[in-house]
Amino acid sequence: MKVDRRSFLGLGLGAAAGVAVSPVGLKLTDDSSIWTQNWPWTPVPVDGKVNYEKSVCSLCPGSCGISVRKIDNRPVKIEGLADHPVNNGGACLHGIAGLQYLYDPARIKTPLKKNGDKFEKISWNDAIELVAEKLSSLREKGSPEKLACITDKEQGSVSGLFKRLLKTFGSPEFYTMPSLESYLEITASTLHGKGKTIAFDLENASFVLSFGAGIIEGWGSPVSCFKANASRKTRHAKLYQIEPRLSNTAANADRWIPVKPGTEADLALGIAAVILKNNLFDSNATSNFKGGLNKLAAVLQKDYSLAKTAEITGVKSDDIKKIATLFAKAEMPVAVFGKGRGDGAQSLKELAAVHTLNCLVGNINKKGGAFVKPDNQYLEFPDVSMDSIAKTGSGKNKTGKYVNQFFEKVNKSSQSLVEALFIYNANPCYTLHDTKKIKQALGKIPFIVSFSSFLDETAMEADVILPSHTFMERFEDVPSNGGVTKSVVGLTRPVTKPVFNTKNPGDSVILIAKALKGNIARSFPWTTYDKCLESVTSRIWNSLSKKGFAVLSNGMPEDSQPVDVSFLAENPASIKAQGGYDLTLIPIDNMRLMSAATASSPFAVKTVSDSVIKGKDIVVEINPLTARGLKNRGFAVLTTPMGKARVKVNINEGMMPGVIGMVTGLGHTFDNKYVSNKGVNINDLIGQVIEPDSGLDAAFGIKASISRA
Amino acid sequence: MSEMENKAGNASKRSARRKGAGDKKDDKGLSQGIILFVVAFVVFFAGSSLLFPKLLYSKKDQPFNFDHKLHTYEAGDCDSCHFLREDGSYSGIPKLKTCMECHPDTAPLGVTEDEAVFVEEYLSKKREIPWFVYARQPDCVFFSHAAHTDAATGMDCIDCHGYIGESTSLRPYEENRITGYSRDIWGQNIFGIKKNSWDRMKMDDCAKCHKEETGHQGYCFQCHK
Repeated sequence: MKVDRRSFLGLGLGAAAGVAVSPVGLKLTDDSSIWTQNWPWTPVPVDGKVNYEKSVCSLCPGSCGISVRKIDNRPVKIEGLADHPVNNGGACLHGIAGLQYLYDPARIKTPLKKNGDKFEKISWNDAIELVAEKLSSLREKGSPEKLACITDKEQGSVSGLFKRLLKTFGSPEFYTMPSLESYLEITASTLHGKGKTIAFDLENASFVLSFGAGIIEGWGSPVSCFKANASRKTRHAKLYQIEPRLSNTAANADRWIPVKPGTEADLALGIAAVILKNNLFDSNATSNFKGGLNKLAAVLQKDYSLAKTAEITGVKSDDIKKIATLFAKAEMPVAVFGKGRGDGAQSLKELAAVHTLNCLVGNINKKGGAFVKPDNQYLEFPDVSMDSIAKTGSGKNKTGKYVNQFFEKVNKSSQSLVEALFIYNANPCYTLHDTKKIKQALGKIPFIVSFSSFLDETAMEADVILPSHTFMERFEDVPSNGGVTKSVVGLTRPVTKPVFNTKNPGDSVILIAKALKGNIARSFPWTTYDKCLESVTSRIWNSLSKKGFAVLSNGMPEDSQPVDVSFLAENPASIKAQGGYDLTLIPIDNMRLMSAATASSPFAVKTVSDSVIKGKDIVVEINPLTARGLKNRGFAVLTTPMGKARVKVNINEGMMPGVIGMVTGLGHTFDNKYVSNKGVNINDLIGQVIEPDSGLDAAFGIKASISRA
Repeated sequence: MSEMENKAGNASKRSARRKGAGDKKDDKGLSQGIILFVVAFVVFFAGSSLLFPKLLYSKKDQPFNFDHKLHTYEAGDCDSCHFLREDGSYSGIPKLKTCMECHPDTAPLGVTEDEAVFVEEYLSKKREIPWFVYARQPDCVFFSHAAHTDAATGMDCIDCHGYIGESTSLRPYEENRITGYSRDIWGQNIFGIKKNSWDRMKMDDCAKCHKEETGHQGYCFQCHK
């Protein structure tokens, strides 16, 4: 048979027709369409039984109740816990993204020991032994006070265990990082006496005079504040927002009162002067004033006349008078302090001046006012056993009153003031002003033990890291904070097995105490932290373990509180921004970015607008009047006495002339590609300014200049 | 007749002569072409239809054999093991915990080799059995067992899954190399021909039944949420 063109065509066409009529084409089309809808590299969650566990979010002091949705044993979603006294079912974006922290690329997977510049893995036994050995040598040398400890908060059993360890070891050097809670306590202590704190009844107040408090930007307990603010319209309650920038809270307020940065205290005192002068105060309330009122009135009359206050603050005299009158005559007025989220630098003069307004109009411990109540006291630790070294050491004076002074003194001292430092749930190398100096101070401390879950800026400086479980992997009592009126303690509980070789920080402390032997070990009789927690919270454990929270007090404190304004009557100096430039750089707190010990989650960073961060460049806000020569969205160089930064510019009228605003929470430098190396950390550019009368870092900003790049 | 017409007439005569001379040979070539077409068609059609499924699907053995007949005899209906959870979601292939309700410890209940594998490899090691699931739909499909098997709808397991409950052994699992899904979704017949309601589980089958039972084939988002 001769194969000619026709045979070839016949063969070819026959083959093609045969394949075409066969199911190959149809089936491949179907399969490829299924394939494109189910990419094989997209992970498909494993199916299983849905169940929920109650816990508490401890990413911020808000302490919202959460309900964790799980498929079998795997947590898959965090939702707000319905009927929780703090958040009543609500949740913020950081809370709902909480699961991302479990698998964060910066998580520390096992105990680490620094060898040269690098960390190497070490077993838990060796790590605890190493810490105990170093600490024992301090006691042997008779200088136990050279052990210091920094944590995030005073309250809670984990901080309680750290304090206990320091006490039985023989050191008074326990510090907490600045927080709204610490400012509330300092203010209450200055005006009303020790052991008290302040809460603001925003849910009921009819007139909220906010001195820069970012009520919908993460101030206090964020979800609780959102709800209180949302109900404002139906309650016909007013909000007046005093701050240099048209923040979201200011935009949401009935009135925005732009004020020159750092003069909020002066404005509050100016308002107080009007209230006193025009007899707008509550005469019943002034009977509670136990000291300094007359002297304060004289100071106010002299230094805070309407004209003078208007000149200092940039707010018109008529406006000051109007605000004072509206505030004093409102049915349930409340003045709120704590700029931004309330955890940044604050001056006690400002805190006390604002709270004095509450005292003057008589809204203390009244519905819709400010509640002055005792600190949460629910922990019952057994007595400690102290030897003579511990007694001598713990009786010594602290290096600094607050953590910023501690770092300053460590830096300045030629001697080695501190030889060992514990750091838990704090990232001072990122969150405190002048981060370079903080790192320098840490460099002078020979032995640093970090209990961090993440290898953040401060953990990088540690010599030993005893990594902690995240809040989803451990038990812990979490007292409600952030100026919430109800006193609630929540129970964080493990919703999954630990992902890495980490421990509850409470267990790490107990193990160290046991390894130190003697009286210290005897003061820690518990085998595990979980047993310790159950025993020290025995009074409320039943409610904690069953409901997930325990309400310590639901209502308003009824007692009247003594007021002592001697601090203000001494006319403490106002804080000035450091430097000689014309403009002032101030921090902006954005709800979508966290700027405390825990960095934002990858999810939260993705939600930030490009008017805050564009690509990897931070965007600063500036008024058109101040932005001469700058191009909107163009690059600029920002200079402060601390250093320079390349930034982008967002020219808008929501920022007062003469002020530059930069967001907090960016510019992390640790190893997390989703969160780090984006923008600038504003704390690198601002130096601390210690308020002489209080010892607090009160740098509300810094002088700066900006020019086209 | 014009010159033009003459030329045209001559041309057609020439062409007729050429055609007449080659007729026999051309017919032979054409029929050979047709034969080859038919042969190639049949070979490629049959080859594609028979060989293609062998190439498209890979066969995988289940971890061990499972006797549904024996288990339904001992434990009861399908829903003894493939039950609906309290919230109405379907538990699917039983987890080890469900097996342990009848096999609480490592003492075997029977004498089969398969049970020995189950006890040694999974029960004593507390490992979940990695079953291959014949009826698993693509992940983009939402399907509620509860809505189909409740009293009002009244469908039986057999309607979609056939008489698997009466089988004594598990056939090899055939996985589509492109999509990664079970062959049972398209059905054993590569042409997609079905005789029984459980022979195929494609979207058209859902739509057909919905059309018959409810009068409407349903909307996209009902299943593709």
